[in-house]
Amino acid sequence: MDLSYSPEDIAFRDEVRAFFAEKMPEDIRTAVRNGSELGKEMLERYHAILNAQGWLAATWPVEFGGTGWSPVQRHIFEEEACRAYAPRPLSFGLAMLGPVLQKFGSKEQQDYYLPRILNGDDWWCQGYSEPGAGSDLASLKTRAVRDGDEYVVNGQKTWTTLGQHANRIFCLVRTDPDVKQQQGISFLLIDIDTPGIEVRPIRLIEGGHEVNEVFFTDVRVPVTNLVGEENQGWTIAKYLLTHERTNIAGVGFSMQALEEVKALARRTTRNGRPLIEDPLFAARVAQVEIDLEAMKITNLRMLYTAQKQGSPGPETSILKIKGTVIMQELRDLARRALGPSSAPFPGHITDGNLMLAPVEAANNAARYFNGRKTSIYGGSNEIQRNILTKTMLEL
Amino acid sequence: MNFDLTEDRQMLSDSLNRFLADKCPFEHRTKVAYEAPYHDPALWAGLSELGALYAFGTEEQGGFGGSGFDITVVFEAMGRALCPEPLLGAAMGARLLAAAGADADDLMSGAVTYALAVGELDAPYDLDGIACAATKAGEGYTLTGRKSAVYGGQAADRLLVAARLDGKLALFEVTAAEASVTGYGMIDGGGAAEVVLDATPGKLLLADARAALEDAQAAGIVALCAEAVGLMDVLHKMTVEYLGQRKQFGRTIGSFQALQHRAVDMLTEIEQARSITIKAAAELGGPDAGRYASMAKNLIGRAGRLVAEEAIQMHGGIAMTWEYPGAHYAKRIVMIDAQLGDTDYHLSRVMAA
Ligand SMILES: Cc1cc2nc3c(=O)[nH]c(=O)nc-3n(C[C@H](O)[C@H](O)[C@H](O)COP(=O)(O)OP(=O)(O)OC[C@H]3O[C@@H](n4cnc5c(N)ncnc54)[C@H](O)[C@@H]3O)c2cc1C
Repeated sequence: MDLSYSPEDIAFRDEVRAFFAEKMPEDIRTAVRNGSELGKEMLERYHAILNAQGWLAATWPVEFGGTGWSPVQRHIFEEEACRAYAPRPLSFGLAMLGPVLQKFGSKEQQDYYLPRILNGDDWWCQGYSEPGAGSDLASLKTRAVRDGDEYVVNGQKTWTTLGQHANRIFCLVRTDPDVKQQQGISFLLIDIDTPGIEVRPIRLIEGGHEVNEVFFTDVRVPVTNLVGEENQGWTIAKYLLTHERTNIAGVGFSMQALEEVKALARRTTRNGRPLIEDPLFAARVAQVEIDLEAMKITNLRMLYTAQKQGSPGPETSILKIKGTVIMQELRDLARRALGPSSAPFPGHITDGNLMLAPVEAANNAARYFNGRKTSIYGGSNEIQRNILTKTMLEL
Repeated sequence: MNFDLTEDRQMLSDSLNRFLADKCPFEHRTKVAYEAPYHDPALWAGLSELGALYAFGTEEQGGFGGSGFDITVVFEAMGRALCPEPLLGAAMGARLLAAAGADADDLMSGAVTYALAVGELDAPYDLDGIACAATKAGEGYTLTGRKSAVYGGQAADRLLVAARLDGKLALFEVTAAEASVTGYGMIDGGGAAEVVLDATPGKLLLADARAALEDAQAAGIVALCAEAVGLMDVLHKMTVEYLGQRKQFGRTIGSFQALQHRAVDMLTEIEQARSITIKAAAELGGPDAGRYASMAKNLIGRAGRLVAEEAIQMHGGIAMTWEYPGAHYAKRIVMIDAQLGDTDYHLSRVMAA
C-alpha cells in the first residue's frame, strides 16, 4: 500500500501543470469558472490546443493518435485540468465513438473518422435515448430498413446533448423488430445534413439550451455507415457505456467546486461574520469534504483495479452514484451560501455595481438546478443500483 | 380540537383556487413569471376583488382576517397555482402598517402595492446586521443604504424600509419612484429589485420597529411555508401520477419498489410540513411566534429540498425541461429556502431559543 505518486507521475503532473499555465486561454478559463455556457467556438479552440500537444484523446491508444496514458495519468491530467478551469473535452467523439470505432469499426471507418475527431472536423452527438426509451434503452423504436445499399431511417431521438452544434450523430436503431429487443439493434453513423433530419431545441429547467430532439423522416444512410455487424448494436452500446462511466466520479470537478464553496463562504457575511465561521454551514462543508477525500481514493482504487484487469468493472457504478451525489451536494452549498443573492435570473443584472454575487458565483442557482441531470443521465442512479444489485450482490 | 377551516376561510380558499386555476394556468403563469414586470395587473386586480388582501388585515384595520390561518389559506392557493404575484409584501405590510397605526385601506384594496425592503447584501436574513441609515432632515428623514433582493420590489408603489435611527431599528415608508429601483426576474419566476437609497426621503412609521419587524417576518414565514405546502402537494401528486403512467421495461415505473418507498417518504415529509405550518400559523402574534416560525421554516427547507430533488429524479429527464410544469414547481420550492432565512439560519434560532 503506497498512496504517493511515483517520481514519473510527479514529473507528469508538473508537465501538465506547466502546460495549462502556459496554454490555457483566459477567456475560456473565465467562462468555465463563471459557469457560463461554452459556445462551439471555445470548445473547438480548446480541443485544438490539446490536439496540438497530442493530449486530446486521453483514453485512446497511441496507434490511433491517442496519449496511451495509464489510468493514473489520466486521473492526474483531469485533476490538473480542473485546477486550471479547463473545460471537459466533449465526450461524444473522444470518449464514446472513438473507442467504439477502435474496437468494432472497419479499417476504412477508423482511417476516416478518427483523425476527423482529433482535428475537429466532426462534432458528434449521441443518439441513444428516445421519448419512450430512457432507462429501458433496448426498447428503442427508431427504425432502419435496408433498401439496397442504404438504410432508410424513421423515428425520433431525444435529449441529444449539444446536437445543435453537431454535424454527425451516432445512433442506435432497430434493424430487426422480430427478435428479442437486444438482438435487433444496430449502430449507425449518420450525417446530420442528410435530408429528412430535423433538430429541435429543448430548453432546460434553468433556461439553457444544451439538449435537442432529433427527428428522422425517410433518412437515407449508406450501408457503409454501419459499425460492426447488423444487429450487433447492443453489444457496442454496452461497451460504450462502460467507457462513458470512466471518469464519471468527476473528482476533479468536485475538488474545484469545493474550493469555490469555501472561497465564497469566506467572503459572504452572515449574521455579522464570515459564513465559513457559521458552525452549521462549516459542518456541511466539512461533511462533503470528508466524502470527497474518500471518493478520491475510491476512484484511484478502481482505476488501479481497472489497470490491472484491463477494463473497468461494475464497481464503476459506485463512482457514478457517489460522485454525482457529492457534486450535487456541493452545488447545493454554493447556492445556499449566496442565499437570496442566488435568486436573480442568470444574466438579468448587467450593471456591475448592482451584482449580488461575485461574477463566478452569479450562476450558482442555475448550476444547482442544471446539475440535477447528472444523477439522471448516463444510466440513472437507480439503474446503477440495479446493476450493482445484480453484479456485486448477485441478488 | 378542530383542524377544519372555518366556513369563511373555506370559501376564500375555494374561490382563490378556482380563480387561479382559471386565470393563472401554466402557460400564462410562465409568461408572467419570466417577462418584465413579472406581475400581471389583471391577476392582481382579480385577487384583490376576491378579498385576498383583505384577509391580511384585521377587522380594526378594515380587513376580515389578519390571523395566521387567513395567511395560510391565501398562500397555499398561491402555491398550488405557482402564482408569482407579489402578495407577500401585502401580507407582511398589513401587519407593519397596523403596528404603526397607519392606514391600510389602499394596501387591502390592492390600489397600492407594497414591498418590504429589509434584507441587505451582508444581512440577508438577520435584523441585527442592517446597515441602512436614517438621518433627520428638517421636518422629515432621509435614508441611505442599499436593500438587496427586495421581493416584489420591481412592481411596488411603496417600500417599507428598515433602517437604523438613533441606534434603533426604525421603519420608514418610501415612495418607490423616489428611490433608485432596479428590477429583475428571478430564477424561480417573479421579480425582485435592488433598491439604492441615497439621501432618499422616507416617512417615519415606527421609531422602534424591532418587535413589529419580527412579527412581520414571522407572518411572512407562515406565508412562505403555506405556499411551499401548496407547491409540494401539487408536485407530489404530479410525481405519483407520472409514476403511474410512465412505462419502462414493459411496466409502469411506479411498480418499482425503489421508487414507491421514496414517493411515500415525500408524502410523510409533506404531512410534517403541513403540521408545522399549522402550528406556526396558530402561534402567530403570540409570544412564541418567532420560535415556531423558525421551526416551520427549517422543516420546510429540509422537506422542500427532498421533495423537489426526488420529484425531478423520479421523473427522469422530463422534469429537467422548461416545458414541464413540475420543473418550475421544484425551482420555486427550492428557492423559498433563500427567503426570510434558510434552513440553517432558522435551525440556529431554534437552538438558541
Ligand atoms: C441533460 C440531459 C442530457 C442528456 N444527454 C443525452 C445524450 O446526449 N444522448 C442520449 O442518448 N441521451 C441523453 N440523455 C438521456 C438520459 O440518458 C436519460 O434521461 C436517462 O437514460 C433516463 O431516461 P428517462 O429520462 O427516459 O427516464 P426514465 O427511464 O423514464 O426514468 C424515470 C425514473 O424511473 C427510474 N427507473 C427506471 N427504471 C427503473 C428500474 N428498473 N428500477 C428503479 N428505477 C427505475 C429512473 O431511475 C428515473 O428515476 C440526457 C438526459 C438529460 C437529462
